[in-house]
This record gives sequence, C-alpha cells and structure tokens, in this order.
Amino acid sequence: MNDLAAVKSRDVSLAPAEATERPMVLFEEVQKSYDGETLVVKNLNLSIARGEFLTMLGPSGSGKTTCLMMVAGFEAATNGEIYLDGRPINSVPPHQRGIGMVFQNYALFPHMTIAENLAFPLSVRGLGRAEQEKKVQRALDMVQMGDGSFHGRRPTQLSGGQQQRIALARALVFEPELVLMDEPLGALDKQLREHMQYEIKHIHESLGVTVIYVTHDQSEALTMSDRVAVFNDGVIQQLAPPEVLYEKPENSFVAQFIGENNTLHGRIRSINDGIARVELTDGESVHALAINAGPGERTQLSIRPERVEIDPDESVTDHTVTARVEEVIYLGDHIRTRMTVAGNADFIVKTRNRLGARRFKRGEMVRVGWATEDCRALDRGE
Amino acid sequence: MATREQRSKAPLVAADGTPLKEALRRSQAVERRRAFALVAPLLVFILLVFAIPIVAMIWRSVYNPEIREYLPQTAAALSSWDGEDVPPEAVFQAMAADMIVGVENRTIGRAAARINREIPGARSTMMRTARNVDAWSAPYREKFLEADEDWASLEFWHILQRESRLITPTYYLLAVDYEYNAQGEIAPRPEVYQVYQSLFFRTAWMSILITGICVLLAYPISYMVATQPVRIANLLLILVLLPFWTSLLVRTSAWIVLLQQQGVINELLVWAGVIDTDGRLRMIYNRIGTVVAMTHILLPFMVLPLYSVMKTIPPSYLRAAKSLGAHPFRAWWSVYFPLTVPGLAAGCILVFILAIGYYITPALVGGDSGIFISNLIADNMQGSSAQLKLAAALATILLVAVLLVYWLFNRLVGVDKLKFG
Repeated sequence: MNDLAAVKSRDVSLAPAEATERPMVLFEEVQKSYDGETLVVKNLNLSIARGEFLTMLGPSGSGKTTCLMMVAGFEAATNGEIYLDGRPINSVPPHQRGIGMVFQNYALFPHMTIAENLAFPLSVRGLGRAEQEKKVQRALDMVQMGDGSFHGRRPTQLSGGQQQRIALARALVFEPELVLMDEPLGALDKQLREHMQYEIKHIHESLGVTVIYVTHDQSEALTMSDRVAVFNDGVIQQLAPPEVLYEKPENSFVAQFIGENNTLHGRIRSINDGIARVELTDGESVHALAINAGPGERTQLSIRPERVEIDPDESVTDHTVTARVEEVIYLGDHIRTRMTVAGNADFIVKTRNRLGARRFKRGEMVRVGWATEDCRALDRGE
Repeated sequence: MATREQRSKAPLVAADGTPLKEALRRSQAVERRRAFALVAPLLVFILLVFAIPIVAMIWRSVYNPEIREYLPQTAAALSSWDGEDVPPEAVFQAMAADMIVGVENRTIGRAAARINREIPGARSTMMRTARNVDAWSAPYREKFLEADEDWASLEFWHILQRESRLITPTYYLLAVDYEYNAQGEIAPRPEVYQVYQSLFFRTAWMSILITGICVLLAYPISYMVATQPVRIANLLLILVLLPFWTSLLVRTSAWIVLLQQQGVINELLVWAGVIDTDGRLRMIYNRIGTVVAMTHILLPFMVLPLYSVMKTIPPSYLRAAKSLGAHPFRAWWSVYFPLTVPGLAAGCILVFILAIGYYITPALVGGDSGIFISNLIADNMQGSSAQLKLAAALATILLVAVLLVYWLFNRLVGVDKLKFG
C-alpha cells in the first residue's frame, strides 16, 4: 500500500471542487429491478464530475455493472433518471449516447482487421477515409501500437494485452467525453494488469476524459481512481478518494473489502468527544473512534495491520492489549505475525523488516497497541 | 558456438544413430496402424455399399452391350458399313449366323426387344425372319429383302450400327429430352415426350425456394433461441427438433389433413366467410403442398447450424457496435450477420442438397405439378416400363449437379468455413 501512495500524485480535493459545475453523469434516485421483486440498485444518487476517474468497486452482484450498463443504455432504469452532461438519457438509445465503452472480453469484432475495428465508430459517423485513417493512427499511437504492423491483423492474432489496448483505442478513437470500462483488465495476468493500470491512468490524464471504471479488484480501484464508490447490496457504501477509503472506512463492509483489516468484536460502553470506550469480548477495554455505532451497541473495531505496534512505547500508543503469537510469516520486505487478540486468532500485524527487528516465536505472549485514531468502532457487520 | 551451428545444420539423429525423422516415423507406426484399424470397418462398408454402387450406376448409364452380345457378328460386319446404301451381303450373312445362334440359345428375343425399343415394330420383323432363317442359304441379302421390305430400311441399319457401340450417350440425351433422329443426328425429342429438362429446372428452383423460405423462418427463430437462457433455449430447441422425432409419413399426412380441400384450413376459411365453398383453395397435390411440407421437414437442418453459430457470438459484440455509434440495424448488418455466415451457408447447402434429391414428400403431396426429378428416377426403376439405364443417367446428372453446387459453394464461401454445430 505504501508504494501506491507514491504513484498517486493527484489532488485529492479535485472532485469536490468541481462538483459545483454541471456534472458529467448524474444518477438521480435510480432504482433497478430485474424481476420486480428485488432491487439490484437501490435509490442511487451519484454525481460524477467532468474529467473525473470514478471507480465502481464491489463484489459480484453488488449492482456496479448494472449501473454501468444503465449509463451505456443497455439496461433501462426501473425508476429515476440518469443525466449525461445535464441531458436526461433514459430514452436515448445506446448508439446515440456517444459514450465509449471497453468491455470485459474486449468485444473486438473478429471478422474485421484491427484497422477496421478502429475505423468502425468513425465510418458509422460518416467520416471520410483520409480522416478515418488519421484518427485510427492517432488512436493506435496512443496505445503504443501504431508502428503499422498491427493494422492488417485480426484480433485473434493478438495477445490478450494487445487486444486490451485495441479495445481501449477503439473506445477512444471517436473522442467521446465519457468512457465506460467494465472490468477491462480482468482477463490479464497480474503483471500485465498492473502495467495496464498505469497506462489507462496516463491516457485518462492526458485526454481529460471522464472515466467510469467497474472492477471487483480493490487494489486496481485504489491505484487508478480519483474517487471510488464501494458498492454492496445495491447501495453505495462509501464514496471517497482512495486514501480516505482505506484510512477512514465508514462501515465494516468497506473496512473489510478495502485492503487488509483486523477485526475485534466488542460492545460500546460509552462515547466521549467521539471517542468510544469499547469492552472487548475477552473483557479488556480499549478506546476507538466512534464512527457508526452508538453507546450500548455491539461494534466491530477496525485496525489496519501496519498500524499495530508490538511491545510499543507508551508514547506511541494509547494503550495495549495482550496477544499470543500464533505464526510468523517471512515475506522479505515485511514480516507478518498472526496473533490471537481478544479471542480473534486471525489478528495480523505487519512489521517492516528493518535492521534489528525482533523475531517472535510461536506461543510467545506479547503486548500489542495502536493509536486511538487508527482504531475505528464500526457497525457490527453481518 | 561454431559447433552448435554445425550441429543444427546436420540432420538430427536419434541416440542410436538413425535419422530423427525416421525414428519418429517408426515410433508412430503403431499409432497409425491402430488409427487405420479403427476406421477400416467403416471404410470397407462405405466402399462396398456406397462407392462401388455409385460407380456401377454411372457405368450402367452409358454401358450398352446388348446388340454386341446378342448379334456379335452383325455388329462386327456393320462397323465397316458406309451407311450410303442397304448393307452388303456380308452383313446379312452375319445377321443370319447371329439369328441361328440366337434361336438356339433363345437370346434372339432379347435382341429383338432391344431393337424394338429404338424402332417400334422391329421385333416382329426380327422374330419372323429368325424363324425361317435356318432354312435359307447364301446369298442371304435377297432372301432377307424378299421376306420383309423392312430389311431394306436404311434407318433400321443405321440404328443397329449406332446401338452396336459399347458406350452410348443415348440415355443422357433422353434425360435432357434429346434423341437421335432418323438421320442419326442429335435433336430435341417431340414436345409431348419432353419432361426431364423442365423437371430438372423445377426441382432446382423449388429447392432454392424451399431453402430461401427456410432461411427466412430459421434466422429469427435461431436468434431467439440463441439469446435465451439455457433452460428456455433447450425447450425451444426441442420444439424445433420435434419434427425429427415423428415419422416422415405422419408429418406428411398431417399436412394433407391440414391443407386438403376438405381440410382444416379450407373449412376454417369457409366458416369464416373468407372464401365460399366453391372457391376452396388447392393447397396440396401441387407445388404449394410440396413447398410447405418440405420447408417444414427441412427447417431443423437450417435452424441447428444457425443456432450453433449464433450461440458462440457473445452479446457484447452487438452492444459494442451500438456503443460505438452504430444504429441497431447497422450493428446487426456489419457485426452480427457476417459472423453468422458460416452457419447460414452450412444450413443453406444442407437444405438445398437434401431438397434437390427429395423423394417421399413430393411423391405424397406433390401431385403432378409438385413432383421432383427423384420421383421420375424412381418411376424409371420400377414397373414393366422400367428403364434402369435412363434412371441411372438421370441420377448421375443429379449427382453431378449436387457436386457442382458443392464446388461452387466451396469457391464462393469455402467449405472450411462451414459450421454444422
């Protein structure tokens, strides 16, 4: 997670600042049901600013792809209205929306060459041949496949990564203001996927297009997005820039879904100035930021593994609890220690592998502690 | 480095020194023999009951041995006849000798019957002369001419000379409504006998019509089935395949019940007042009956290849085309349709080739105007007027036509692009 922060060099406050302008996409009380019995999307309100890279993140069946398909026009909203650049689009057919889209399996037309695939959106718009060729070349250059050797090939003659680039180029070649991406990197291997993440990000920055990106891969969402909308059960659980999402999850689902998370169960005894006193299941008492649980309620405490200190100084942490070391996993740059804390045997502590770092043994009893602001008292979860 | 290059240039050898290719071939020999053994029974079966009979049929359609066999000396003597005048004594002498042998072996009747097919009435002349010929002696020419003036007919001798050839195109001429005229030239038959040519054309255009209707009906059905969830798609496919599970005769009879003049459709139309009872529609025992019943029977052969191809086309292609700005029709025409061509082509060639040789349905519901060429082939194979050689010639023409269609298809679409499922 640390190197992620280094890659991201964008202004976190960008999205809210532009929200006063007319949004590129606006969901207004949108609901979607396929069977008339259950809602796949429940009362969605979402405003996406011009030039923003917004990721819809969530497990499968959370409604994120449905939302994307409603913007593209392939699914109709059961209720509510979607606005594209201020214009209601519920009754606009897909081919008149002018939205670029990258599909999960690329959807490159197998009977056309690469050049024909790219020229397709231009030829349906009635552009002249010379202009088509110019734009196709520019789009191919943009995805670094413009050296001429690809024009005449068929999609099946390209590797997965190359097909991905072509699909991207095809969605951009007619210069749409909005591009939708439906898990575009899902079929690639890990290394290629990470590489393509940066490339998509760079293209987004240089073109200034608005991107709505759907994925179930949280690291992908954190790397690329201006803001991430975490979907679950048809509802946006949290809409925030990646840093906020990771460091300040607002409920137990987001805390669990984004990054690695340690969970401790307990009951809130009292809340003072936003600091809750929580009695853990084993009777120990700790302090935590009260987020969305009230006094007397059961709560889930969320602590990121890298924010936990083992045998800490009193100056660093507010208090400590006892823990038993269960397992030590050596990972080169850091060491993961699995412990039992307050009855939870899956409590992970990440420590940097620095010079003189202490190695623990299995069964050893230690004290672990953390700062109160790193421990968030959330709803009890499922 | 140098040694490695040298090694790569020299032919590779296995560990025991034999060339690698040889070693590979040897190691795969058992595998190859087993593969051959697996297909051998079918190969023998096909050879015996399919390939050999077809060759025999083609041979039979041109093979003309009777005159040579039953009148061997006459055939030999006639081969040097110039055809200008009544043949010389040598020919009559040969004829007399052949007749004596023929009467002895009781083959003279067959020879007479064969000639009678070409020259009506020739049988009685032959038989009458043959009864007396053993009492005659040389010179025979005058005695023949005295006994019957038909022996002086140049036409008779011309035909006899022509039919003594071992290979004859006669049956192919007949099959396309041509024949040898009295002068021995190839000429159209009298119009009343002309049936085959028009029947070939009718068979072809009706097969094209049936194929076309099948395309129009099957394409939307297949698209519908291919885009449904599996459970519904399977149910729909069963409905499409239902005709396969009922006997051809049952299906055809059902159409008779529906379409005949006292049938369900006519009764309904009369009842509804659309037509009056004198104006009942003739929908069966004519071309309409053949087209309707055969379209129904052959439809699954169009649906299945289309469906199996459409099933493999992801819906995202159409969506992608639309998202790129293509009108739904343009998206369908530029993206979806080209991808279904292999299935469409497979369905078309399957239905057309099945239709062009169809027999039972046209026979049952075709009446006079709706029968196909195969019905006349069958007619020529049975009954007292059977002309097996004509049937063979007709069937060979049909076979060549089908091969021609297949060849044309291969040139235009490419057989390797076919997808049957």
